[in-house]
Amino acid sequence: MSIPTNLKYSKSHEWVKPEADGTVTVGITHHAQELLGDMVFIELPEVGRELKQKEECAVAESVKAAADVYSPISGEVTAVNSPLVDEPGKINEDAYSAWLFKLKPSNAAELDGLLDAATYTELVENEGH
Amino acid sequence: MLKMTPLNQTHRDMNAKMVDFGGWDMPLHYGSQLDEHHKVRLDAGMFDVSHMLPVDIKGDNVRGFLRSLVANNVDKLTLPGKALYSCMLTPQGGIIDDLIIYFLSETWFRIVVNAGTADKDVAWMLKQRDELAPNLEITPRRDLAMIAVQGPNARTKVWQVIPGSQAATEELKQFQSAVVDQYFIARTGYTGEDGFEIILPAADAPTFWKALHAAGVAPAGLGARDTLRLEAGMNLYGQDMDETRNPMESGLAWTVDLKSERDFIGKQALLDTPTAQQLVGLVLIDRGVLRSHQQVVGQRDGVEYQGEITSGGFSPTMNQSIALARLPVQIAVGDEVSVVVRDKKLRAKVVKYPFVRNGKVLV
Repeated sequence: MSIPTNLKYSKSHEWVKPEADGTVTVGITHHAQELLGDMVFIELPEVGRELKQKEECAVAESVKAAADVYSPISGEVTAVNSPLVDEPGKINEDAYSAWLFKLKPSNAAELDGLLDAATYTELVENEGH
Repeated sequence: MLKMTPLNQTHRDMNAKMVDFGGWDMPLHYGSQLDEHHKVRLDAGMFDVSHMLPVDIKGDNVRGFLRSLVANNVDKLTLPGKALYSCMLTPQGGIIDDLIIYFLSETWFRIVVNAGTADKDVAWMLKQRDELAPNLEITPRRDLAMIAVQGPNARTKVWQVIPGSQAATEELKQFQSAVVDQYFIARTGYTGEDGFEIILPAADAPTFWKALHAAGVAPAGLGARDTLRLEAGMNLYGQDMDETRNPMESGLAWTVDLKSERDFIGKQALLDTPTAQQLVGLVLIDRGVLRSHQQVVGQRDGVEYQGEITSGGFSPTMNQSIALARLPVQIAVGDEVSVVVRDKKLRAKVVKYPFVRNGKVLV
């Protein structure tokens, strides 16, 4: 599966989509779900919570393992994808539409520090070796 | 260099995700571990278990040797083809391995042991043989492959693939086996479903595997094997038990024969050791996933206690998390315990396992 070019990425395999209203949407990448296998449990942050960049803020558990999700940038949680909690398998079906939460960035400069699709692709490919 | 079963290339050709499993290059899944799990519960799936090792013991009075070697009583094996599940113990009562013994004749028994323990098992058997029965011949059979075909439709599909096998195996009860041409077919398994475990020459394994696939048997990996066995309440060596644990504290008292006069290695230690802990089933009440090594805490009669999850995971059949845990013997079915998961304490209920058998949820 190709890595969408309209998104930004973290080294810890979260994707970030800047929205028109100034918020960003966050999820985990296709590569991350592939490593984890069938997802069975998702824990999302509270709406209103202030997150720091790289802070543990959600949990994604597969049949195989539990993985922490880190906030790719700092900001306040403005929305969470609650229906996902009952259907964690949606992440396996399409990791880029099964978002986890939305943030209002508190430091927009952090966005520029994230990886673009080409750099993230390289990271994933190097991991395989 | 990882060890490979005769089906290694076949797994790769079927796009298996391969993992290092105790030094063996094994399939974790072929796409979706959950789908494979359900396929076994509802229809038929197959597992390459060739990393496990059949060991043949031949000679005069094999039975006498096995009476000493293992904790269960091989005198329960009266009909040729009958199988027995047992532990092999250290003199201190610790579990060296759990294994299945097949009685083929008075001069030939076959023992199937776990992959990770195979080398030490054979070394132990040889050491005991030298002391107790030097005339016996003990032969590890790495020339054989082993395929488990499991599920409500498993037997029918095997019958379609092996000519003449239906007549020879239809009447087999659980834990009985028969030989059909080059196939050794046993009505055993590690999933809680009906089915066969089939031992065959390594060279024949890829063709047989593909024929089963063509008959509609889904390939299933170690991932599904683990969730199926956990639902079935079957122990995993190295997780639910090891040499530091005896069968009594591992849910395996039923496999230890203390009634007969017979002495066996580890018997005295078991008789001398009061059992303080037990293996219980847990069903998670709160949301989350139980995992092995998580701490279990609780209170009973005002006294705090602690224990540990030995095997935990998500039950695809029950759609909730279940576990086996080692807790003090005072803890009873119906008790509520807390499991420490990251920064939280999650509530779980103590249940009698198995959790699932023959497609039905029992708890």
